[in-house]
Amino acid sequence: MPHLRRRRFLELSAASAAATAIPEAARAAAEASPWKPEKGASLQLLRWSEFVKNDHVIWEENTKKFTQLTGVPVQIQWLSWPDVSPKSALSAQTNSGPDITMGFYNDPFLYPDKLVDVSDLASHLSHKYGGFASVAKTYAYHEGEKRWIGIPIGVPGNAMNFRRDWMEQAGFQSFPDDTEGMLKLAQAMKKQGHPTGFTLGHAVGDGNGWTHWIFWGHGAKQVNPDNSPAINSEATLASIDYVQRLYETMIDGVASWGDPSNNQAFLAGRIGLTMNGISIWYVAKDQYPQIAAAMDHAIPGYGPLRVRTTFNTFTQAFIWKYSKYPNAAKEYIRFMLDEAQAAPWVDGMRGYVTPALQGYWKLPIWTSDKKITPFRDVLVGQRFDGFNGTPGKGAAQTMDSFVLVDMYADVCINKMTPKAAVQKAENRIAGFYKG
Amino acid sequence: MTRWLDSPPVLGILLSIPAIVILGGLLAYPLLLGVWLSLTNTTLGSAGQFVGLSNYLAIAQDPTYRGAVFYSLFYTFFAEVGKLALGLTLALIVNQRFRGYRTARALMLLPYVAPTVLSALAWLWLFDPQFSAISWLLTKMGLIHEYINFIGAPWPARISLIVVNIWRGLPYFAIGYLAGLQAIPHELHEAAQIDGASGWEAFRRITWPLLLPITTILVSFSSIFTLTDFQLIWTITRGGPTDATQVFTTLAYQKAITGGQLGEGAAIAISPVVLMVIFAWFVMRSVREERSVE
Repeated sequence: MPHLRRRRFLELSAASAAATAIPEAARAAAEASPWKPEKGASLQLLRWSEFVKNDHVIWEENTKKFTQLTGVPVQIQWLSWPDVSPKSALSAQTNSGPDITMGFYNDPFLYPDKLVDVSDLASHLSHKYGGFASVAKTYAYHEGEKRWIGIPIGVPGNAMNFRRDWMEQAGFQSFPDDTEGMLKLAQAMKKQGHPTGFTLGHAVGDGNGWTHWIFWGHGAKQVNPDNSPAINSEATLASIDYVQRLYETMIDGVASWGDPSNNQAFLAGRIGLTMNGISIWYVAKDQYPQIAAAMDHAIPGYGPLRVRTTFNTFTQAFIWKYSKYPNAAKEYIRFMLDEAQAAPWVDGMRGYVTPALQGYWKLPIWTSDKKITPFRDVLVGQRFDGFNGTPGKGAAQTMDSFVLVDMYADVCINKMTPKAAVQKAENRIAGFYKG
Repeated sequence: MTRWLDSPPVLGILLSIPAIVILGGLLAYPLLLGVWLSLTNTTLGSAGQFVGLSNYLAIAQDPTYRGAVFYSLFYTFFAEVGKLALGLTLALIVNQRFRGYRTARALMLLPYVAPTVLSALAWLWLFDPQFSAISWLLTKMGLIHEYINFIGAPWPARISLIVVNIWRGLPYFAIGYLAGLQAIPHELHEAAQIDGASGWEAFRRITWPLLLPITTILVSFSSIFTLTDFQLIWTITRGGPTDATQVFTTLAYQKAITGGQLGEGAAIAISPVVLMVIFAWFVMRSVREERSVE
């Protein structure tokens, strides 16, 4: 065993104490909180696993502080993204499982009757931290029942990740602010031997992210407000035409890509442009400093519609009615989203999660590095999946079945005609929304 | 009490209760529940109502389901043919006494004992369009100039999955055939040699006919496992690209669990049962024939 010097011992002890020290503000907020945990309460949280290390580390640290303060032990089950929704579905069906789930997109709207009304907590957080981003309400507020069924957490936001050095070599001084300009850049970079990479595979975050952005940016819609299919339109065909041209600039094999694939290809220098969270830069900063220095980020550009139409993997926390400790669960969510805990969490992730609470967009982390700033704004203009209809099973099935991704892949990979691909997508959407 | 237990009908019923409970609870109940769900419009979190065969009619009109039926049968057929041919070849090789034959037999089992998800993840890397070790090796050897797009287009993806299934299931056939080969009396082959039969003739007239019963069992059981394969396909392609590799199980999972349509999902899951009953009938018939020979 290596000899531990006295100074080092003191340093480690101090660091450890600091890690679990509870800020006075957090203590005061907990004391003032209206949600007092039930006697003997213990909690289980199911949440998606991290793409950046500090997300996991700081979340666990904050949870420890919660336990220290309230005496409520919390067991966290970390699951890969695609496994969260199926596991939540089983909880809904069997009325057993975690007390709290951090799910995605339409999850709470698949089983709203099974979820605790968290309107009081949503109102508390919204008043305290500058309100929720507009899209957040769609993913957590049940219009029909006039109540909040989840607490919006935020998004691992998507922005354009590109190699600035290669962009400049291709003759561009700044990243284009519209999709046509980006296509020209992509074509120029491809000519220089640097292809782009946008997944056309069944990747939950990346596949849906960029295809929805392009789809909406061209003015296309999946359904009308009454949930009747609206995809069969000239706007959809225009978006397909765009994707076909963009596909010509892509590296081979994008139809087999999962969520981590573009990260790996970018870090290996195989692609020069993709859409992703900040995780590529985060890893590069620690492990590939040359790539971190050469790359940059930009907000996804305007489509012909000329309005922001971004799409990010939205996550919200919801409490199950079968939980014996709903107050403890509410207090846990409040505690984790309280500034004393949320600020270091957002800070430590270097912008990986953009909180739904707009007050957190003022944190210094967002302007600490110009490469982080675009991720602060990803929720501005974000639409909900299933736009322009209502959240629910139809929207969930359309997304889970990758209808949009497959529509573009059918044309690019399967060489289906655009009209046939749209017709196929329309039939699928009609089937999913018919119930 | 003792006299009561002496009665053969009572004792018979008592002794069969554990088996009935296990079979009923673990096999019959889930199956019947699945059948019932497939006849209802149950969705996640809400009880459904009886809707007759409308789920079956709905899936029959769904091109994605029809694609899944096609690929399920294609996948099962070619994977079985591959496993049978290669499994038999492997068994014939390791049935010989050569130096290290015991080690060879042990190594043969590796793909079968490795957890399916882990081996599927390894294959996912081998099929990666940018980082595939297979493509790298072939490039280094000068055999190809561009990396192979194994799972990024429909037909290569379909074939790649069959290759993985063959790799995974090969030991099952090889071990089964090895047991079958070792049960063939040596005298038969010696007599054939004395009569001047060639190796091929001995295989065709003695070995293969005697391996037929075990072939039926191996193929039938393996077909059931292959037709209901989920882990390999879900891990490697998730049914993509563009639903080209959807099979009954992946589509049922997507429809019922992630999409919340338990009724339709159950109909998709129950629909291949007819095929499995046919396979099971072959197994039962084969077992009965073996018993009558004994």
